[in-house]
Amino acid sequence: MTTPPVNPRTALVLGATSDIGRAIARELAREGWHLQLLARDPAGLQREADDLVARNAPHVQTHLLEALSQAGNDSWLDALEPLPDLAVCVIGLLGDQAESERDAVAATQVMRTNFEAPALLFGALATRFAQRGSGMLVGVSSVAGDRGRASNYVYGAAKAGFTAFLSGLRARLATSGVHVVTVKPGFVRTRMTAGMALPDALTASPEAVAHAVSRAVRRRQNVVYVKPIWYLIMLLIRHLPERVFMRLRL
Amino acid sequence: MQDASRGSTERPAKQALAGWGRHPVLDCRLMPLHTAEDAQRHLAGAGTTIARGNGRAYGDAALNETLTLSTLGMDRMQRFDAATGLLSCEAGVLLADIIATFVPRGWFPPVVPGTRFVTVGGMIAADVHGKNHHCDGSFGSHVQSLTLLAGDGEVRRCSRTENAALFHATQGGMGLTGIILFATFRLTRIETAYLETETTATQDLAEAMSLFEAEQAAGKDAWPYSVAWLDCLGSGSRRGRCVLSRGRFAAAAALPSRSAPLETATARALRPPWEVLAPFLCQGPMRQFNHLHYALAARQRRSRPKRPALARLEPFFFPLDRLRSWNLAYGARGFVQHQSVLPQAASAAGIAALLREMERAGLRALLAVLKLFGAGSDAPLSFPMPGFTLALDFPMRPETPALLDALDAVVHDHGGRVYLAKDAHLAPLRLRQGYPRLDDFRAVRAKVGSAGKFASALSQRLEL
Repeated sequence: MTTPPVNPRTALVLGATSDIGRAIARELAREGWHLQLLARDPAGLQREADDLVARNAPHVQTHLLEALSQAGNDSWLDALEPLPDLAVCVIGLLGDQAESERDAVAATQVMRTNFEAPALLFGALATRFAQRGSGMLVGVSSVAGDRGRASNYVYGAAKAGFTAFLSGLRARLATSGVHVVTVKPGFVRTRMTAGMALPDALTASPEAVAHAVSRAVRRRQNVVYVKPIWYLIMLLIRHLPERVFMRLRL
Repeated sequence: MQDASRGSTERPAKQALAGWGRHPVLDCRLMPLHTAEDAQRHLAGAGTTIARGNGRAYGDAALNETLTLSTLGMDRMQRFDAATGLLSCEAGVLLADIIATFVPRGWFPPVVPGTRFVTVGGMIAADVHGKNHHCDGSFGSHVQSLTLLAGDGEVRRCSRTENAALFHATQGGMGLTGIILFATFRLTRIETAYLETETTATQDLAEAMSLFEAEQAAGKDAWPYSVAWLDCLGSGSRRGRCVLSRGRFAAAAALPSRSAPLETATARALRPPWEVLAPFLCQGPMRQFNHLHYALAARQRRSRPKRPALARLEPFFFPLDRLRSWNLAYGARGFVQHQSVLPQAASAAGIAALLREMERAGLRALLAVLKLFGAGSDAPLSFPMPGFTLALDFPMRPETPALLDALDAVVHDHGGRVYLAKDAHLAPLRLRQGYPRLDDFRAVRAKVGSAGKFASALSQRLEL
């Protein structure tokens, strides 16, 4: 067990009712962080907050957030008291590639949920953090954003956008005292991937993602692959010549 | 990286599913539940169903080919009151989670079975007992209330004062009264995560039984936790010898170093190559192991220290949890556990008869555990009753069913009963004989519309 920080710090979790969000909230609570949980489902949010409190989380606030419609203005941010020291965003939507190819509404939903909303939310937070001169932003992106593949390029493209956004944000804030972390989990066993045949060696648990997030925060890491094997896999995939890559059914 | 393998979550594909004994194996549709609303939604469909926790019932209790509902996603805690020790949580919370969360805060579940990889719902449905049954009863005695989704689609809060009959029928009811959604039960205070233990090697069964009885007469203060390991493989004078192990939670002052009395150990579980080892885990090598185990305990007895030994709670309560997937050790055909309880007056004769049947069949239990129960509960299908309980593990072989029949007959002749959470073989007639309040159970079940709705391979086999 890690010792709690001397002055309790506050962490914000965007998408706190997802399996990964929940695991991150639990890990941070164990480390003594005060929590601000944001999600759109009131009952689900209360359920996670109760769970954390029963498990002895020092302090838990909940705020409703409809990410897609509220990301454009700062009202959600004004409601946060205090302004958090750390913000983790796990908002995402896998969607269905075939459906995204057929249906523009479905494709838009995937693009906006994985890129637009997280980027706008973090952009607004970054400005406040920079004004204060401190803070950390952890964006949970995906290895799918490392190269667009035939099997899920709509999701991959949105995640690629978020990865690029985080990279740019990190560079912009490099001298401001604000740090930005990009986390790429690879396969994770969650409700989002339920029913998929995932290879054990490449699949992480939500707890492993939470552990990686906590370590990245402590060590102020930049880009983190939760399972190191994914770094090697994506290194290879990124460097395949296009003529070869386009013929692979990946 | 292909996403084509993605299955529909509304109608999952059939998959091979079994209990902990890996016999029988059935093709079941397994649907994960994440919330109470999920449970209601899936119940509305046609056909029968059964809830499944972590799959630690040994036989066919949590198998339904049409639809088996996994409660593992319903794993949120709801409320803990540090003034009273009352914990409310969802039914899919694992005992391991409760222990990891609350032992560091000085609380321990009132009753724990031999593994911590069981869910709260499973502990209630099997009305599990622990090494402290003679003092504290079964798990159900510590449940204050539970919330049940019955076959009529209604969600009912059940307690000793509200829907009392349903409350009792659900304890030990093997999931047949409905799906347990939430439960509230009491945790007890502990000062340390250690137990003071005493190990006693006895010459024979009679000596072990008299030690159990003496301890029961001494009351709660002496040794609230006790269990005996019985050597079924030895021959001649070695047959029936026991190693009795007893324990009580240590006070903080009893620890040599008082730095972190409640710190939990996270020793990694071992995963031996069971597939390779299985053929060697037959009677011969196990006989040698038993011999060694007994000899060590006997030696300890001779050089008994003045103070009791200290053990961490994990190895004391859950010795087999350190061996991951130990159920694979019995090979591809799996194994069965036969656990019975015999009325105290008939225990000595009954256990002797059980051992004789094993000898006659030439199939002796590799692992045998003996314990004395205290008073039973108000639950009609709850297993414990005053008397000795004996748990016997057998590999599943062609001759095993005949032996189980013979054991069941002995149990019946001595007025005992068989534990359904372990069972994969019992006949309907034996169930009626062992559980005289079966009709009460049936009536309660029918009243809430659960009779035609909840069924398992166990309930179908037993015509429950």
